[in-house]
Amino acid sequence: MMNIKKTLNNSRRKFLKEATIAISVVAMAPNLVIPTLAQPLDIDLGEYKPSYFSANEWAFILAATDRLIPADATGPGALDTNVPVFIDKQMQGRFGNALDWYMQPPFLSAKPEMGYQSSLTPAQTYRQGIKATEDYCHQTYQKSFAELSDSEKDMVLSQLQLGEIQFSDLSSMQFFSFLLQNTKEGYFADPIHSGNKNLASWKMIGFPGARASFKEWVAYPNVEYPLGPVSIEGERG
Amino acid sequence: MTRQNKPVDVVLVGLGWTSSIMGMEMTEAGLEVLALERGKDQNTVPDFAYPQMADELTYGVRYKLMSAPADSTVTVRHSSQDVAVPYRQLGSFLPGNGVGGAGTHWNGHTWRPMPEELRLRSYVEEKFGADIIPEDMTIQDFGVSYEELEPHFDFFEKILGVSGTAGNIKGEIQPGGNIFEGPRQAPFPLPPLQRTLNDTVFENAAKIKGFHPFPLPAANASEAYKNPYGMQLGPCNYCGFCERYGCINNSKASPQTCVLGALKQRKNFSYRTGCEVIKINKDSSGKKATGVTYIDPNGDEVFQPANLVIVGSYAYHNVRLLLLSEIGKPYDPVSNTGVVGRNYAYQMVGGATLFFKDKNFNPFIGAGGNATVIDDFGTNQIDFKKEGFIGGSYIFAAMTNGQPIRNMPLPSGTPSWGADWKKAVKANYGHTMTIGTHGSNMSYRDCYLSLDPTYKDKHGLPMLSMTFNWKENDIRMTQFMKKQIEGIVEVMKPDHVDYSFKDFGSEYDVRPYQTTHNVGGAVMGTDPATSVLNRYLQSWDVHNVFVMGSSAFPQNIQYNPTGLVGALTYWSAKAIREKYLPNPGPLVQV
Ligand SMILES: Cc1cc2nc3c(=O)[nH]c(=O)nc-3n(C[C@H](O)[C@H](O)[C@H](O)COP(=O)(O)OP(=O)(O)OC[C@H]3O[C@@H](n4cnc5c(N)ncnc54)[C@H](O)[C@@H]3O)c2cc1C
Ligand code: SF4
Repeated sequence: MMNIKKTLNNSRRKFLKEATIAISVVAMAPNLVIPTLAQPLDIDLGEYKPSYFSANEWAFILAATDRLIPADATGPGALDTNVPVFIDKQMQGRFGNALDWYMQPPFLSAKPEMGYQSSLTPAQTYRQGIKATEDYCHQTYQKSFAELSDSEKDMVLSQLQLGEIQFSDLSSMQFFSFLLQNTKEGYFADPIHSGNKNLASWKMIGFPGARASFKEWVAYPNVEYPLGPVSIEGERG
Repeated sequence: MTRQNKPVDVVLVGLGWTSSIMGMEMTEAGLEVLALERGKDQNTVPDFAYPQMADELTYGVRYKLMSAPADSTVTVRHSSQDVAVPYRQLGSFLPGNGVGGAGTHWNGHTWRPMPEELRLRSYVEEKFGADIIPEDMTIQDFGVSYEELEPHFDFFEKILGVSGTAGNIKGEIQPGGNIFEGPRQAPFPLPPLQRTLNDTVFENAAKIKGFHPFPLPAANASEAYKNPYGMQLGPCNYCGFCERYGCINNSKASPQTCVLGALKQRKNFSYRTGCEVIKINKDSSGKKATGVTYIDPNGDEVFQPANLVIVGSYAYHNVRLLLLSEIGKPYDPVSNTGVVGRNYAYQMVGGATLFFKDKNFNPFIGAGGNATVIDDFGTNQIDFKKEGFIGGSYIFAAMTNGQPIRNMPLPSGTPSWGADWKKAVKANYGHTMTIGTHGSNMSYRDCYLSLDPTYKDKHGLPMLSMTFNWKENDIRMTQFMKKQIEGIVEVMKPDHVDYSFKDFGSEYDVRPYQTTHNVGGAVMGTDPATSVLNRYLQSWDVHNVFVMGSSAFPQNIQYNPTGLVGALTYWSAKAIREKYLPNPGPLVQV
C-alpha cells in the first residue's frame, strides 16, 4: 500500500474501515454533504491527481498556497496540510459551482457594500484568475508564477490582493480573496474535507477539533486545555 | 392546473418558533391544524447528530442549515435613488429554512424588551418632548404593554428552559440580575450557565466602574429540565458548536426540542415539508382569506382551503407574502401612505476585541448564550435629550463558537497571510475576548420593504427589496456605546485592543454577519394608517389572517428579538382562542 505514514497504523486503518461504514449510513440522510471516501484521507500531495485543475493551474495553486501559508518553525504550511487538495475538491462541489448563491442576471456593478455581484462562479474565477496571473507573470518576468523567486511571488500576490494588477474580465481582488479564504479554510477545516492533514493546524493553535464536550472543562478558567484534537472521523492528534 | 386539498381549520405558513407555538395553541383549542414548511424536515437525530455536526466548514462557513439565496433571497439598496441588487451570497443575515426554522441554529440569547421599548414614542414624548424625534424617524408604540405580555414572557421562558438570574421579581430588585428589567412574576426556570474566564474578567471591570453585570439569559439548559409541554432538555455541555449548528445534545431550546415533539403527538396536527406558500387567497369581497396557494415538492401548484391563515414565515418573508397576496396597502415612501413594507429596521452592533498574552480563554469551550451583560446603557437609562440620540444597547462579553476559520481575531496591523500571519495566529488564538454592543435601530420614512421590479425568484415571482441605510441617530448611539466600552477596557488593561464601531458616513454593508434580527414591514399598532396589524397581530384588512414574528416590531428593540416574538405569539393565540373563535371578525374596531 502506498503512502503508509506512521499515523496509519493498524488501529487507524481499522477505524477508517468502521468510519466508512458509519458514514455511508449517515450519507443516506438527504442533503448532508459528507464527502465520499473514494480517496483515503491520508493523501500524499505529491501523488495527488487534481480533478478540477489542469497541470499548469495546479502548479500555480501549489506555489501560491505555499506562499500564503509557508512552512516554517512556527508550524506546518499549506502544502504540509494538503490545502491544495482541499481547494481542488471545493471547486467541484457546491462552493466551486456557486450552487447555493443567487446567480441569475442581470449582473450589475454596485458598491462593494452590496456584496458579490459577479456572474462567475468561484471555479470559473480561479480558472480565469490563474490564467490572467500567469499572463501577467510571463509579460513581466518571462516566467510562470511557480518559477518566480519567493519575493517575486509575494509581490505578485500582494498586487492581486490590492487590485494593483488589473484583469480585463474579472477582479483580481476577488480572485485573490477566494484563494486566501479557501487556503485558510483548507488549513483549519476538519480533515474530512481533505485539508488540515494530521490535524496539524489544530495542534499548532491548541484547538481540540470535534471534541464538542466540555461540561467538566468549563470550570477551569485560564488553564490550558490538556487534550489534543480529534477529527470527525476519530483521528487523533 | 391547481390541485385542491381538503379544507382545514387553520393553515400555518412556515414551521419555526412562531408556527410551532401556534400549532400547540390552535390544536389545544380543538382545531384541525396544518403547517406548510418550504424546507426539509429535520430532527436532532439524525440531522444534528455528533460527530458530523462538529464541522465548522459545512455549517459555520458554508451555512448548510440556512436558506440558500439560490432558493430565496432579497434585493438590497441604500436609498430609493439606487438600483437594488440581489443579496447573492449570505453574509449580513442568515435566514432559516426547514422544520424549526432559524430556531434550530440560533444562539439562544433570550430577552424581554424594556417596558419603555414597547411604548417608545410615548416614552420619548413624555420624558424628553416630541421635538427631539427627527422628522423622518417613524418610531411608534407597539400597541401592547409589557404588563399585558408579562404572563406570556414567563410562559415562553418556561417552554425554552431559560438559564439566568432574575433582576426584578414583582418589583423587588434582585442583586446579580438585570436591575433595569421590567418586573417578572417568577425567576428564570434554570440557574445561569457556568461562568467562563472572559465574563469573569469583564464582570470585575464592570463592577469597578460601578455598573451592574449579570449573566445573559440563555436558552441553553444549564441543568436537565422538563418543560410544561413535557419536553426534556439535557444539560448543555458547552460544546462550542452552537450558533449556525443544530444542538447535538437536546440542550439548546429549538422548536424541535421544546415544542414539536409534543405537537406531533396531537391527532389534529399535521405538517408538510417542501411546500412553499406563494399566496394567501381571498374571497370576492377581499376581506376574508379562503386559504393559501403553495408549490408542492413536485413543483405543482396546490390550493389549501382554510378558515384561518397564520403566517409565521419569518420577518421579511411575511411582508413579501402580504405584498404578493395584496393584503394591506403597500407602503409608498414618496406620498408616505400605505403600510405594508413600512418601518423596516435592523440592529446596531459594535465591538471591541481584547488581546491578553497571559490569559487562556479556551474559546472553543462555550455555549450559545454564554455571556455577561451590563444594561446600564439600556434604552430606559439614557438621557436622549442630553446625548442627542434615541435608543440604547446592552454591552456584553461572550465566549461562543470559538472555531478557527471564523473566529481568528488578530491584532490590527497583522498581515493577512504569510509567515507573520501564522506567527500571529499561533500567538493569539485562545488569548482574545470580545466586548460587544447589541443595540436598537430606529425606523425611518425611507427605510422600507417593497417588491423588486426586476429580479424574480425560482417561481418567477418578484423578489422582496430592502431599502435601508444607517442614520445619524443610530451612529451617534453606537459611538456613545464605544465610549462606555473604552472606559471598561481601560480597567481591563489588555495588551492590545481593536474597536469596530460604525462611524458617521458608514453605509449598510451586506458582507459581514451582523444579526438575523430583521424587523418591521408588517408592524402592529393602534392606527390602521400606520400599521398592518392590530394589537393582536390580526390583519386590519383581512380579519382571518394573523401575522407572527418580528415583522410586527415598529422599530427594533435593543435586544435579540425571539423573547418578544414568542410572547407576542402567545398573546395573539390567546386573543384568537378567547375572542376571535367565538366571534370571528376584526378584534379592534376603528
Ligand atoms: C444565526 C442566527 C442566530 C440567532 N440568534 C438569536 C439569539 O441568540 N437570540 C434571539 O432572540 N434570536 C436569534 N436569532 C433570531 C431567531 O432565530 C428568530 O427570531 C426566530 O427564529 C424567528 O422565528 P419565526 O418563527 O418568526 O421564523 P423562522 O424561525 O425563520 O421560521 C420561519 C419558517 O418559515 C419557513 N418559510 C419561509 N417562507 C415560507 C413560505 N413561503 N412557505 C412555507 N414556509 C416558509 C422557513 O423555511 C422557516 O422554517 C438568530 C437567528 C440566526 C439566523
Ligand atoms: S453549546 Fe450547549 S446548547 Fe449549544 S449546541 Fe452545544 S450543547 Fe447545545
